[in-house]
Amino acid sequence: MAEGGVAERQFIRFTRLQRILHICMIVSFMSLALTGLTLKFSYTKWAAVLSHLFGGFETAGYIHRSAAVMMFGVFITHLVDLYRLKNRQHGTWRALLFGPSSMLPSRRDLTEFVGTLKWFVGKGERPAYGRWTYWEKFDYFAVFWGIAVIGSTGLTLWFPVFFTRFLPGWFLNVTTIIHSDEALLATGFIFTVHFFNTHLRPEKFPMDITVFTGRMPLKELKRDKPREYEALVADGKLEEKMEEAYPPIVIRAVRAFGWAALAVGFSIVLWIIYAMLFAYR
Amino acid sequence: MSEYPVRASRLASDQPGAECLACHGEKGMSTTRGGKTVSLYVDAKKFSGSVHGSLGCTGCHAQLEGKELPHDVPVGRVECGTCHPTEHDQHARSLHGRAVAQGDPLAPRCVNCHGNHDILPIKDPRSAVAPLKVPFVCGQCHREGTPVQRNRPIPQSNILENYSESIHGEALLKKGLSVAPTCATCHTPHLILPHTDPASSIARRNIAATCTKCHSQIEAVHRKIIRGELWEKEANVLPACVDCHQPHKIRNVFYTQGMADADCMHCHADEKLRRARDGKSLFVNLDELSHSSHQTNSRNQKVACSQCHSEVNASRVRPCETITHSVDCASCHDEIGKQYLGSTHGQLTSKNDPNAPTCKECHGTHGVLGKQNPQSPTFATNVPGLCARCHREGQKAALRYTGTQHEIIANYTESIHGKGLLKSGLTVTATCTSCHTAHRVLPRSNPESTVNPANVPATCGQCHHGIEEQFENSIHARRVSGSAKELPVCNDCHTAHSIRRTDEDQFRLDIMEKCGRCHEALAKAYFDTYHGKVSRLGYAKTAKCYDCHGAHDVLAVTDPRSHLSRANVAATCQKCHAGATRRFAGYLTHATHHDPRKYPLLFYTFWGMTALLLGTFVVGGVHTLLWLPRALQMRRELRAAEAESRATAEKSANEEKSDG
Repeated sequence: MAEGGVAERQFIRFTRLQRILHICMIVSFMSLALTGLTLKFSYTKWAAVLSHLFGGFETAGYIHRSAAVMMFGVFITHLVDLYRLKNRQHGTWRALLFGPSSMLPSRRDLTEFVGTLKWFVGKGERPAYGRWTYWEKFDYFAVFWGIAVIGSTGLTLWFPVFFTRFLPGWFLNVTTIIHSDEALLATGFIFTVHFFNTHLRPEKFPMDITVFTGRMPLKELKRDKPREYEALVADGKLEEKMEEAYPPIVIRAVRAFGWAALAVGFSIVLWIIYAMLFAYR
Repeated sequence: MSEYPVRASRLASDQPGAECLACHGEKGMSTTRGGKTVSLYVDAKKFSGSVHGSLGCTGCHAQLEGKELPHDVPVGRVECGTCHPTEHDQHARSLHGRAVAQGDPLAPRCVNCHGNHDILPIKDPRSAVAPLKVPFVCGQCHREGTPVQRNRPIPQSNILENYSESIHGEALLKKGLSVAPTCATCHTPHLILPHTDPASSIARRNIAATCTKCHSQIEAVHRKIIRGELWEKEANVLPACVDCHQPHKIRNVFYTQGMADADCMHCHADEKLRRARDGKSLFVNLDELSHSSHQTNSRNQKVACSQCHSEVNASRVRPCETITHSVDCASCHDEIGKQYLGSTHGQLTSKNDPNAPTCKECHGTHGVLGKQNPQSPTFATNVPGLCARCHREGQKAALRYTGTQHEIIANYTESIHGKGLLKSGLTVTATCTSCHTAHRVLPRSNPESTVNPANVPATCGQCHHGIEEQFENSIHARRVSGSAKELPVCNDCHTAHSIRRTDEDQFRLDIMEKCGRCHEALAKAYFDTYHGKVSRLGYAKTAKCYDCHGAHDVLAVTDPRSHLSRANVAATCQKCHAGATRRFAGYLTHATHHDPRKYPLLFYTFWGMTALLLGTFVVGGVHTLLWLPRALQMRRELRAAEAESRATAEKSANEEKSDG
């Protein structure tokens, strides 16, 4: 945050590649959701309108598959990035996977989860979270799970003739249900729980732009990730992870993009609620 | 008697009449009657050869029986009736006999036709009344220029000439066909009566019976035109034989009419002519008439006024005053008339319904034209407009109609048939009458109707022949399915009046609703699959019912000939999915995840996924909701801390200022 025209120095939380990947994922996820849900909720008028906006079901299909390729690309790039991260910072997979900044769930996550629930009901202090909270880890692996489930079933629907060479025809009916319902879970979860956890919770409202800028105010690091902050201070590594904040124009652009993503996401949620509750057949 | 010398001695006394021939055998014997010399000669040879030869003279001249010769004169007339009572009686009642009784000197007696002493059997060609001679016997009096023809009220002229040129006369006189009718065949030999006498063989009522004595099959020939029994029952209404086949002039191909059109046009050419009763114009446009199909047609037969406006009486000053009925087209167009009477239109007419369309409503009157003529209201492209006069929404027929078809004309005009006919000018395109017929129009509910579901395939099949054949072999044909349920016919899928091209998107998109009216569950389940979902979005490209099942040749999937049978299904899928295999075809195209018995895998997959969804959302939702109060609290604290630090900063700034 810039105050009085003097650029404040902020803590670097995400690398440039991670930020790019997140933006790519938003674009591809939104595209997949919109084009896919037109089929799932084909019985609503909204679906027909959207389908025509996309230029017809065939074009929507191309968009859906292109976005899927993009999603696979994001996924693979991230895996490659992990590999490079291991080489650069951790040396071994073990260090990467079980170190303090690992995404893998650990015993401490369970303690923090229980601690959080206690805090929720007023029976304890807010746990001192580390670099990744348990809900962030959940979101992260939800994407892994989603890509595996939705991606694989999607491929059977993309190449039905190939897959029925060795799988029975009814398998496609099953994968259709899994693909469609898992997608509903993904969109529903991202656009409600993830949105709330990350952006809409009152202390962050209306959004947290850290994932786009890669920077977070030191104050916030101290408050939200006290354990990481303390570790950095203890290691004396905090200073090397600080950089100047982006100028206001960049922040405005980022916020505009964030608003757009939020708007699309909430529209989709409303559409899902409408389709499931009022138009379901 | 002095001038009759007795010459009996010259003849054999045993020969009958020998005594008489003694005098009458002399060729010169004669007398004077009424100032005329009359021969009294009797040719003995002819007499003896005649039918009466054996009777002798007194057999007929009975009053001379036992009289002294030479006898007194005159002897008085021979009474043929003594031996021929029937003929005598008939003659007495006949025109001829009554004339005799009235003392008409021109009246014929037996002798005038039959002769006297030389009467021969009728079969003998030498007989005076042998068929070949009858025309001349009658013609003695009934020939132009005779006193009878000139002075007696005989309506016909040139009788003998006309007869000899008629088909009957030609047969008798030129071809020597002795069975051909002579005068006596129609007029009878002895009971000759005027045609005005109801007992006459040529009375209007009896003429048909007279003609059918020979023309026994003629009723069958004319049944197309005139119902035979009416000739007997209502002979006055129908034309009699002679109305068309003029007496004495009968030809087999050509006959003129009893009344010339010119006679009618004498009054009806007047444009101002109006009916006194209601002021209706009675003007006949001769130009229009002369171009009508009743005047110019392929058979080159002209129809005269009096043929349609029958009941005219040419002997009246106003021949039309005897007309009591309006024109009945069915007297010639018999088959059509029968069809019409059975139709809804005809039934309304029978009930005197004011809305009922009669022949002229569609065909016009004097200007009637064939349906091949583009000027005709019944020409193919004019038919929709013609029917629209009553059947357009808001018009009288549309107002009475209680069925399901509305905006018929508007829909038809936009249909493939309507566009073909009215925009492309394809005169072979189906128009109203192609399906409903022109004269046998019946409601759909009538089993006789061409648009009754049972008959619709045949009706459409008139043009769509190959299709009908396919359909009749499909499961939708009752013959194939043996189903007692209501089965679809052409119009159930294609509609009746809004028929579209089947390659139009809207047709492809509407078909599921059409099939779904009966195959409800299948159609519903179809919409749960990719094909159905894309269709629902409004795209025609994905497979619709008939893309897989076939359209007109749809068969049960268990039928080996079905497009979806084990042997054919892969090829059917391959139409869109190149490389599709038999296993690919195992895709459940009508699957629903709501049926645990039929599709357990789908059912449990769906509910498994739903449980996963609900579980995740419940956990995520509860977590979020619990978080909310804490988060709000945090926000308040943050705000408070911010305000405090700002206040502190301001305070220290102020202090610095005051210090400064």
